[in-house]
Amino acid sequence: MQTSVSIKDLSLNFGSVKVLEHLNLDIAKGEFIVLLGPSGCGKSTLLNCIAGLLDVSDGQIFINGKNVTWEEPKDRGIGMVFQSYALYPQMSVERNLSFGLRVAGMPKAEIDQRVKRASEILQIEPLLNRKPANLSGGQRQRVAIGRALVRDVDVFLFDEPLSNLDAKLRSDLRVEIKRLHQRLKNTMIYVTHDQIEALTLADRIAIMKNGVIQQLADPHTIYNKPVNLYVAGFVGSPSMNFIEGTLNGPTFNAADGTAIPVGTYDFVGATPGSTKAILGVRPEHIFVGEAAADMPFKTEAEIEIVEPMGSETLAWTTVAGVSVTFRCSSDIDIHAGDKIQVGFDIARGSLFDAGTEERL
Amino acid sequence: MSQTATMTGPAPDTNTKVESGPRGPRPKPFFTPQKIIIYSILVFFTLYFLFPLYVMLVTSFKTMPEIRFGNIFALPSQISFDAWVKAWTSACTGLTCEGLAPGFWNSVKITIPSTIVSIFIAAVNGYALVNWRFKGSEIFFSILIFGSFIPYQVMLYPLVMITRELGIFGTLQAVILIHTIFGMPILTLLFRNYFASLPQELFKAARVDGAGFWRIFFEIMLPMSLPIFVVALILQVTGIWNDFLFGVVFAGTQNLPMTVQLNNIVNSAQGTPEYNVNMAATVLTGLVPLIIYFVSGKLFVRGVAAGAVKG
Amino acid sequence: MADTAVDTGRGAGNTGRRGFLRKTFLHNVPAKIAALPMMATVLVVFIGCTIWTVYYSFTNSRLLPSGDFIGFEQYERLFGTSRWNVSVWNLVTYGAMSLVFTLGFGFLLAVLMDQKIRFESAFRTIMLYPFALSFIVTGLVWQWIMNPTLGLQGTMRNLGWESFTFDWIANPRMVLFALLIAGLWQGVGFCMVLMLAGLRGVDEEIWKAARVDGIPTWRTYISVVIPMMRGVLVTAVVLIGSGIVRLYDLVVALTNGGPGISSEVPAKYVYNYMFGAGNIGQGLAAATMMLLTVLIIMVPWAYLEFGGKGRRS
Repeated sequence: MQTSVSIKDLSLNFGSVKVLEHLNLDIAKGEFIVLLGPSGCGKSTLLNCIAGLLDVSDGQIFINGKNVTWEEPKDRGIGMVFQSYALYPQMSVERNLSFGLRVAGMPKAEIDQRVKRASEILQIEPLLNRKPANLSGGQRQRVAIGRALVRDVDVFLFDEPLSNLDAKLRSDLRVEIKRLHQRLKNTMIYVTHDQIEALTLADRIAIMKNGVIQQLADPHTIYNKPVNLYVAGFVGSPSMNFIEGTLNGPTFNAADGTAIPVGTYDFVGATPGSTKAILGVRPEHIFVGEAAADMPFKTEAEIEIVEPMGSETLAWTTVAGVSVTFRCSSDIDIHAGDKIQVGFDIARGSLFDAGTEERL
Repeated sequence: MSQTATMTGPAPDTNTKVESGPRGPRPKPFFTPQKIIIYSILVFFTLYFLFPLYVMLVTSFKTMPEIRFGNIFALPSQISFDAWVKAWTSACTGLTCEGLAPGFWNSVKITIPSTIVSIFIAAVNGYALVNWRFKGSEIFFSILIFGSFIPYQVMLYPLVMITRELGIFGTLQAVILIHTIFGMPILTLLFRNYFASLPQELFKAARVDGAGFWRIFFEIMLPMSLPIFVVALILQVTGIWNDFLFGVVFAGTQNLPMTVQLNNIVNSAQGTPEYNVNMAATVLTGLVPLIIYFVSGKLFVRGVAAGAVKG
Repeated sequence: MADTAVDTGRGAGNTGRRGFLRKTFLHNVPAKIAALPMMATVLVVFIGCTIWTVYYSFTNSRLLPSGDFIGFEQYERLFGTSRWNVSVWNLVTYGAMSLVFTLGFGFLLAVLMDQKIRFESAFRTIMLYPFALSFIVTGLVWQWIMNPTLGLQGTMRNLGWESFTFDWIANPRMVLFALLIAGLWQGVGFCMVLMLAGLRGVDEEIWKAARVDGIPTWRTYISVVIPMMRGVLVTAVVLIGSGIVRLYDLVVALTNGGPGISSEVPAKYVYNYMFGAGNIGQGLAAATMMLLTVLIIMVPWAYLEFGGKGRRS
């Protein structure tokens, strides 16, 4: 498999603050990889390093096999889309797209051809004479992408392009980006703090915390087999339910004494002996009523709060002494105060070592 | 210690070995041609700006024979305060030879009341324009601003007549009035913009509580406006202290400000000019605004920029 | 003193014709009283005095204003006086140079300061301090520096440079440049601060985008940043321009109009005739000409800024 972008032992310090530490990352050609994490985790910093806008303190960056660690952004074969889109406000769309090419001295005929091709792909031909102020948010995004497209680059970088938009626009433009990737098949590195964007767009997600990649895997794996407590809690809305307790062989004893059988669980290594652990199970993997009957673990619980969401219902209850949410179909009629059976199978859930917070 | 990310799925194996070739931060030579050009130009201008200050100070500490030597760059061979004493106490400012001291106190007597009155009125104006708009208030304001571009000379003579009629021509009151009038546009703009940037809820809550125009002004708006008052203060004290035209026309011979006296000392002198005294006098006149400038730092810049922001 | 609810204006006595008058004039009274100084200033000074000046410029006023209407005679005399014509020409020349160089140097220095240099605070402090000084101080210190025998010229010659010449202040053809040097010394720092604020208002991401596009720094300034700074540039031009028309103190201090009349300016002409030569009518006519010039520049600008897009105050 050919690597498109390769990062080796990358470190970045701002003064004495270590922002990125000994990062290694290989991105395949044509892959859509998302750098996901909260503010300050270093994802934007990493993107800016790849782009060449920031100097690294140590390590190397390779793009298409070439060592670009000391290259200027324009020589790295990258195009970048910014959070504010950063279109040149006094230039028309056409000039925005062609400016870089004109400065590079490209012959007019070739510039026109590239602009034409990009505007066709992005469907912005009717907008070529307009100024950015007269464009909608979605149109501006497309022009920003177009600026990268005309440069005929291999790698596209996105720095939180949807963060400034309202929810409706965000979901529409998200689909456009996915469509674009399917059509162009370029390598795309995308930074966001929104896990929905990450899960829907990515081939692989790199979840970052404090400058370190916690887990690098496809969305399915990240969602179902999170490698540590942080990843488990970050991805998924509403977030995973956590129950503290002790693992004793085939049984997990919750802090309040409830025994939960964990025989069906797929341990990463050997089955550990007695250890303090945290059990995690997602709201949609907790079943109620009849469906709960088949579960290895089931218990009586009183529904505390019901939140009807239209397509489904969220409910709050207490299991093993811990406040827990679960999802059920809106067809099921439940109310606060109902006492019903809830249950789950730990095979769909996760167990974490209480000390290291890593997956058991 | 290298950290390899956990991976699953069809992805390339991470080769964590750093290869040969460029690595780490870009090599940045300290002396790039750009940096040299940038700093050279800046230093050149710095010299241009500092040169007169240097000359002023150096000349004022020399004796006249030394000055006649003809080297303005040279430091004084001996620091002499004679010129300063003479400038302050006995230089001739027209008919009298009492030095700059009377002029200094005149400037103080002009500046302090003018500043207080002009700022107070402008603050009230800005407050009224933002929170208590009435029919035509904006029109008055627009004309005020437009009028601030009219050269003073156009309104000068009628104003002389008016102050004569009021019986205050040639007195402190006249100068104070004039400074208040001509300081109004820019200060009102300053306060108006500031009050407009304050949250309206505060004002509405006070109205609901039953407070009226003046009470809200004194008990709510003023305490919140300290920063802008300081900026206005800096603007007015500097502007009024440095004024020449209004002082020479309206203040009357008893109250001529320092700037006028200074010009008299240098340009109306009889006999051989005493350059060291002239320079000492110049420094003395510039001292007050300079001190304000150096002490206020960023606030001065803010005042300057605020004067430039038109809506 | 609590203010009764002024919002609706309804209630007894506020309807009907008398009610209309009451509503218009008794509404919001404390604010109107408080704004009286402003209204008086506008009406009496800015409008009233200006009209008075223009009106009486058409009279034969000498030592005192008189109602003797003589039409355009004052203006004819004005345009026939070499002193006035030289003044106008001087102001135009000085004004053009001052505008160009103040903006040019101001912008250049701002760009340099924008380059992430060290000691930015120190540089700015040094460049801006002249702005805090009076024009009189500025004029007098430069007058001393430009003194032909003992100032810069004399010093350089005494140091060995026999042919060094810097006697512009005494040379009728070069005196305006002397004025310019002093004027720039005072004004460039202010312009720089203004421009720098404008430059800093440009979003960081625009710079990043230009860098990714491969645009060199100088080209980014010219093609992207300057077009974005239109507002600041216009403000700067307006401020510098209005300062130029008022040019008076600096001339009085530096040259007092000399040598001869080679550095006379309109503002000085007005003052001299109004209060010195006992010909008020001439002074008023000259003042009216100054007003006219300002109006010719201001009205189109005001229309462009505020008229086209509706009120923007």
